[in-house]
Order: sequence, then C-alpha cells, then structure tokens
Amino acid sequence: MSTTNASSSNEAVAPNAVPIKDAVIRIAGNSQDGIQTVGELLARLSGRTAQEVMSYMTIPATISGGPSIYQVRIGSDHVLSVGDVVDVLVAFYQHSYEGHISALRDGGVLIYDPDQVKPNLEDKRFTYVGVPMTTLTIEAIGGKGRDKGKNMFLLGLIARMFDLNLPKLETMLKDWGAKRDASTMEATMNAFHAGYGFDIGRMGQNFRFIPNEQRSGRPLMVMTGNQAMAYGLIAAGVRFGAAYPITPWSSIMEIMRAELPKYGGIFLQAEDEIAAVCAAIGASYGGRVAVTGTSGPGLALKTEAIGWAVMAEIPLVVIDVQRGGPSTGLPTKMEQSDLNIAVFGGHGDCPRIVVAPRNVEDAFYISIEAVKLARDYSCPVIILSDQAIGFRVEAFEVPDLKALVQEMPIDFTPRGADFKPYEDTPDGIPHHAPPGTPIANNNFPILSGLEHNEAGHPGEDPKFHVVMTAKRRRKLQKLAEKLPTPEVFGPAEGDVLLVSWGSAYGPTREAAEKSIAAGQPMSALCIRYLNPLPSGLGKIFSRFKHILVVENNDSGLYGYGQLAAILRACCCDARIRGINKTDGLSFKVTEILDAVRAQIS
Amino acid sequence: MNNATNNPSSGAAAVAPPTQPGQPAPYKKVELKSDRPTWCPGCGDFTVLDLYFRLCERRQVTREKITSVSGIGCSSRFPYFVQAHGVHFIHGRAVAFATGLSLSRPDLHVFVFSGDGDAYSIGGNHLEHAARKNIHMTLVVMDNNVYGLTKKQTSPTSPIGFKSKTDPMGAMDTPTNPLKKLISAGATFVARTSHTNPQHVLQMMERAMDHRGFSVIECLSECVEFYPGAFDAANPRKGGQFTLIEEKKKDGTPEDAKRHDPSDEVAAYRLASLPFPGVFGVFYQVNQPAKNDKEKQLIDTARAATSNAPPLAVLQKTFDRMK
Repeated sequence: MSTTNASSSNEAVAPNAVPIKDAVIRIAGNSQDGIQTVGELLARLSGRTAQEVMSYMTIPATISGGPSIYQVRIGSDHVLSVGDVVDVLVAFYQHSYEGHISALRDGGVLIYDPDQVKPNLEDKRFTYVGVPMTTLTIEAIGGKGRDKGKNMFLLGLIARMFDLNLPKLETMLKDWGAKRDASTMEATMNAFHAGYGFDIGRMGQNFRFIPNEQRSGRPLMVMTGNQAMAYGLIAAGVRFGAAYPITPWSSIMEIMRAELPKYGGIFLQAEDEIAAVCAAIGASYGGRVAVTGTSGPGLALKTEAIGWAVMAEIPLVVIDVQRGGPSTGLPTKMEQSDLNIAVFGGHGDCPRIVVAPRNVEDAFYISIEAVKLARDYSCPVIILSDQAIGFRVEAFEVPDLKALVQEMPIDFTPRGADFKPYEDTPDGIPHHAPPGTPIANNNFPILSGLEHNEAGHPGEDPKFHVVMTAKRRRKLQKLAEKLPTPEVFGPAEGDVLLVSWGSAYGPTREAAEKSIAAGQPMSALCIRYLNPLPSGLGKIFSRFKHILVVENNDSGLYGYGQLAAILRACCCDARIRGINKTDGLSFKVTEILDAVRAQIS
Repeated sequence: MNNATNNPSSGAAAVAPPTQPGQPAPYKKVELKSDRPTWCPGCGDFTVLDLYFRLCERRQVTREKITSVSGIGCSSRFPYFVQAHGVHFIHGRAVAFATGLSLSRPDLHVFVFSGDGDAYSIGGNHLEHAARKNIHMTLVVMDNNVYGLTKKQTSPTSPIGFKSKTDPMGAMDTPTNPLKKLISAGATFVARTSHTNPQHVLQMMERAMDHRGFSVIECLSECVEFYPGAFDAANPRKGGQFTLIEEKKKDGTPEDAKRHDPSDEVAAYRLASLPFPGVFGVFYQVNQPAKNDKEKQLIDTARAATSNAPPLAVLQKTFDRMK
C-alpha cells in the first residue's frame, strides 16, 4: 500500500483516512463462503470508479468446498500484477490465518473472526483487527440463516475501510440481487450495512484511493480474460464455434453458447475435442472464420485436424487457455508450457500462426486480430491464453466498438477462367473459395489433406510437395515482415532485457519499473506474435548484455524455457537465457528481480 | 416394397428447382465428371459415383448447392471425381466436418461419402452423435467389409473367419452391425442397399436426400481386389437373394399388416438383426426436428428479443452492463 500526502475532496467523510494509490486485499476462507462474490464486486466497483484492478483466485481441486482465496489489487495507477505481498488479509478460519499470514506484509492489517481464529498476537509485525463477523452477521440478518451473508458483512466492512463509493456499490448489489428473492436481498443488504456501520477505523485505519489525474476520461469496464476473449470473437464477426468442455477454457464456450444466437450464430458442444475442431474447420470452409477452443490436453487431440487446415489452407481460430501439463496436469493452475505444441505440434512441416495476449484487455483485441490474420492468410491461428488471464478480472478502457465490430460476409466472388485454388503466387496466400462460389472454369476446388498441385489435385510428384511446402511457409514469412517490432520498455540499451510473452508480461514489466525506480535500469519487452516471430528482435537483443526470457514453464533439458529455445534458435544468440518456474502461479515481481540478480552475478 | 421412387422432393430447401430466372441452364451428369476415378476396375464405388451424378442431374442440384465431403479410404476419394465443391478431410472425421458445414450453411445439401473403416471404426463416435443430434446431411457408407486402400486388413464389418493381413488366421471379433448401431443411436433415416442394384441405390439416395435430418445409407460395395465375392449372397446374378423391405402402404388391407412400418424402431431393429444377406430398403425413418432447425429457432427467438438489432448495438448493450 503506497501512501502519499495528496488530499481528496471527501476528506470530511473519513477525516483520518490515509490516502493511498494501491492496495492488495486477500480474502481467505472456504469456497462456499461466497468470497468470490465479494472479490468480484470489489473488482467491478474499482473499474466503475476509474481505478485499475486485477484479481486472483484459487479454486480448490475438490468439486465442492475446501479452502479458497480471492485476492484483489486496486490501484490508482496501472496495475500490472496481482501483488507480491498483501496489505490487508481477511481470515475467516484458523486455516485461513495459518495458510496466508506469511503473505501479509510487515505493517499489514489482519482482519479476523475472533470466534474462529486465534492469531499469534505476540507477532508485532501486523495490526490485528478482530471483528466477530459471524456473530454480527447473524445479529444483522435476524438469526435466520447460520453464517450465510458474512461475505456481505465483509464487503461493507471493506467498503468503509477503503472509503469506497457507497451509492455505486449499493447499485451493484441491487443488480446482483435482481435474480434473487426479496428475503435473500433484504438479508444481503442488512449484512452489508452492518459491515459498513462497523467502523474499523476505531481499531485499525481507514484508507482512501487518490484519484488518478492522468486518466483519459474514457470509462473503464471490468471483465475476465475468458469473457474478453469471447466478446472479442463476437466483435470480430465469428458466428460459429464448436468445443468440448475443459477447464479453464469452458467459460468461453458457455458465454458464446448463450451470446451467439443473439447475433445469429451457433455454438456447438461437440462429442469430443476432435469433433469440435473438425466442425469448426467445416464451418470455416463454409466461408466464415470459425473458432474452437480448449486447454492443453484438447490441443493435443486437435493437432491432426489443425494440420489439415494448414495443408488445405483454411482459416481457423483455435484458443488454448493453458493450464499445467502434461496430461491432466494441473487443471486449475496456470502455466505457459503449450508454446511448443502450439508452434510445432502435429506431424510434417506445418507452419501456423501463434499469438498470445498479455493481459485481459489484450485478450479482447488479440481475438479480433486472430480472426483477421486467419482470414488474411488462410491459415489456422492459435491463441495461447492461460488460466491466470482467463480467470482474473481486470479493468480496462471501454473499447471503441464502433471501430471494431465487424460482420464477416461470405465471399462468393465468382472465380474466373484462370482460377487455381492453390496458385503459387509470390506471397503464397490463397483466397478460399467457399462452397457456393461460382467457378467459371469448372475447376471446382476439392480441398485436400493430400499434397496437391495448384489446381488442388492430389499427386505424389515430389515437385508439388517442394513447391507447396515452400508456399505455405512463405506466406508466414510475408506476415513476419509486416508484424510490428515489439516496443522496448525502459532504456533501449543496457545490461538487462527481460523478454516475456502472455501473462508473464505484467510482473515482468513491473519488475523493470521497480528496478528503474530503484536506480538500476532494466528493460522489458513482450512478444505477442510467437509464430512467426516479428523481425527486428535480433537487433534489439544486440543492445543488451543479458537477455532473460521470463516464462512459466520448465527450463528444459538444455537450460532454456520454450520461448527462450525458439529465440536462441532463430537469433543464434548465446546470451539468451531463461527465468522459469513451474509452481502453477504467476510470477511475483520479487521472484523475477531475485532471478535476474542470480543470473547476472 | 418397390414404390420408393415417387416421393416428392419435399423439405429439401437446398435443392434448387430445375430452372429459375438467372439460374444456369439444366446440366447433364457428364458435366459433373471430374478426375478419372482411381478405383480398381470392377469396384462397387463406381456405381455409387455414377448414381450420385444421376441424382444431381435428376434433381438439377446446382453445383453451388452441394458439397461432397469425405474422410480417408478408397471410397473417400469420391469428391475428387465430382466436378463440384468438395472436401477430402482426415480419417474418420468427415461427419464432424460436415456437422459444422451443415449448421453454418443452411443453403447447402451436404453429402458425406465414407467407408466401413472411416465411418464405423475410427469415426464411430461422430456417427453416433451426428445421429442423435439429427444434423441435416446425407451419409453414404460404401461398405466393403475390408480395408482396401491399405491393402487388406480386417475392418469393423469383416465377418468372423475373414482372413486378412491383420488376421491371417481369420477375424475373431464380432463385426459391428451398422444398422443396429445407427437405429439405437437415434438416426432418423437408416437405409441399406447394394451396388449390384443401381436402381435401388438411386431410390435410397433420393429418399435420403428428401429426408430432413441425418440420413444414412449403408451401401454394400464390393472390393474386387481384396474381398471378391463378399456379397454374392445378396446378388441374384451370383445366385443370391436381394430381398426388398415391403413398407406399409396404410391401405387397410390385411396384407398391409405384415408390411414393415419404418417408424417402428423395434421392428427396424429386428430387420437389422437378420443374418446376411438380410433385407434391403428403408429400415427406419422418423420425422424429428433436425438440430439445424432447432438452432434456427433459438436464433430467431434470441434475435427477436434484441428486436433484430445489429451486432454493434447488441454488443454495446452487453458492454454497458459491464461498465
């Protein structure tokens, strides 16, 4: 929690409130306590009050019940990571206290339920605030329902503690309660007001977020990465998707199943991962780019069909919300270990496009871009998201939908007498003629997984294979030429360049910022286009002494993570090394800084 | 029964009437011919190909309104020999591909050409689910009871005792019964025919095409190279029996009581259980809404709820709620 002396207009409300720019709040309880609801409402409120926000939650591996946490970081400035240490820890139970007290920073506040938790008050590093949340909630609700509603009591408590916008929060609560019956809603509001009325300032401290003067004025919206991706695809004009349920991908298909009919589209729950990708390819062949999505195990199953789409040059978008692997792995934890299968998966020389969003906002924009790339290059595009981006909530500026939303009419342009579906043009890019397209020369395209000639006819003459393999590669080389070179954050040259992709972007960038602020210049760069890689990377790397690739995957047999190995192969630069970890959690900023220190010393 | 040819072409929205203003002149089946088929001389698949041409000619389906999709195998070479839009997909997944195509392109009639290995072995799961979902398409399985393209391995329909390269001592596993499998999976049109009776193949194709939903034709198609004589028992020219299913005419006559009611699932299942050569014709046919139509209804309801707003307005409204 960074404090400053700036003043604010509503000082009168909470005269002793400490102005802050950033706070990390972790709520620890059990999964049935409704802490996720509190966390999400907090996150959403932050977005509505022009604060940046990022959340993080753990889901127990059990089907129902078990310890669970929700962490939310709210900031007046940009929020890049969910926070290494916690400013305020809320512990409902003894196990919550014991499991999470180590995350509380020195000087942090522990809010605990004295009926359930006996903290070690001798530990003078923390401020202890005992609030009998269970008892007070039951009193407030009128003794009706056990301790249900204590999450709402807590929300009130936090709202008062951080001087949050009460009218907006009440509106959100009413929206939230719209689907619930009146008595539940009454109990909710009673619990909330009881919490708000419990002035924690008597025992601890109240805080107030300093408004950010630099905001563009565009309102913020709040969503998860999976939501952002689903709506990005819809904005891009995708009207058909097919998938099979798998964590942590499923919520994208759930959203699209509910939303697509409003746009005239269909989302198919297929019988298996293979059927899903095949149905999506079938729909794409029909003339509109279609989507399938999955997590690692499903991507493994889909690789053969993706190979067909590469061979037949059919556009397709495949989303992989990565989780820990191999095999069933860590279904509810994040990892970035599917880069190899995304770039190389499948048999044969099989070039495809691979991109990765770096945060929730980017998940929206990269989906739109992926659809465009698939269409423009007649090629499958794999989007590598991950569990951390997919599940966390972030605030970002409302996208300019007017400029972004597009329809994707089927291109039935009649093909002339010289039409060849796989013409060996200089850029190698074909233009798919979907069924229904009049073909003047009567040379109707038969799309094939067999190697074929320019007319699409199969043949085993090796010269076709040489020409067509080169053609499929060449079109991605043309794409690489057009891709923007990634921007370097920090000095353009120096000792250390941190390279990241996907969700490692936030903590990596924050690590560079912290290092610069501490007087030790460090630069950071994030690669969004992973295959083909943009040009110009080698030139950037040549200006630094150490190039350290930060990624959540194993350091591998030879000491480099998956992106690091690809970068070494394509830049022939032995200074490229890796910072890797496989604990299923996003990088902490301190972990990165410690690893940098260890690597360069 | 012998009266199957005269069904009117109802329900086939994909099928264009012969001549409409602005439509090309009627075409002849010869125009549909493409690459010279690479099948062995005498292969049963030639018959199916020729009858597909005749079907398209008879119905004047324009080439912009059909798509031939296949997987892998001898029979799956089919689309290359048809001068129309087509797809030669991967092994076993043609039905899954066709599912996406059919749902997203209601203006097309999607034909899938497959074989016993492609449809009943590697693609068995997709068959079952396309059947229960009643995806609108016509699947023709050219069943030769053997893997031909890979040169004589046991197929899921090879009879016990069949000597192949993978079962030199004779096949030991119970063969799959595709008709029973399809009926129990919920297919809404299941027919059986044989390449040795072209007229019957064409009848079945026409009825399948007119059926709204998932229609399947199991067509015996002899592999002269690796399993010659497999279907002699069903070929009158070789001394066998080609017994037709007599369908109920619902004329109230006493003899009608003995005829087969294609909507009777149990009766269909009983017919499908007859030992080879069994019977030929429509085993099972019921009218149930195709998934395509149910999805359309879902879309119509959802669009009406938005007052048919354009995508931008619908998405804007959703985003406003998330601010």
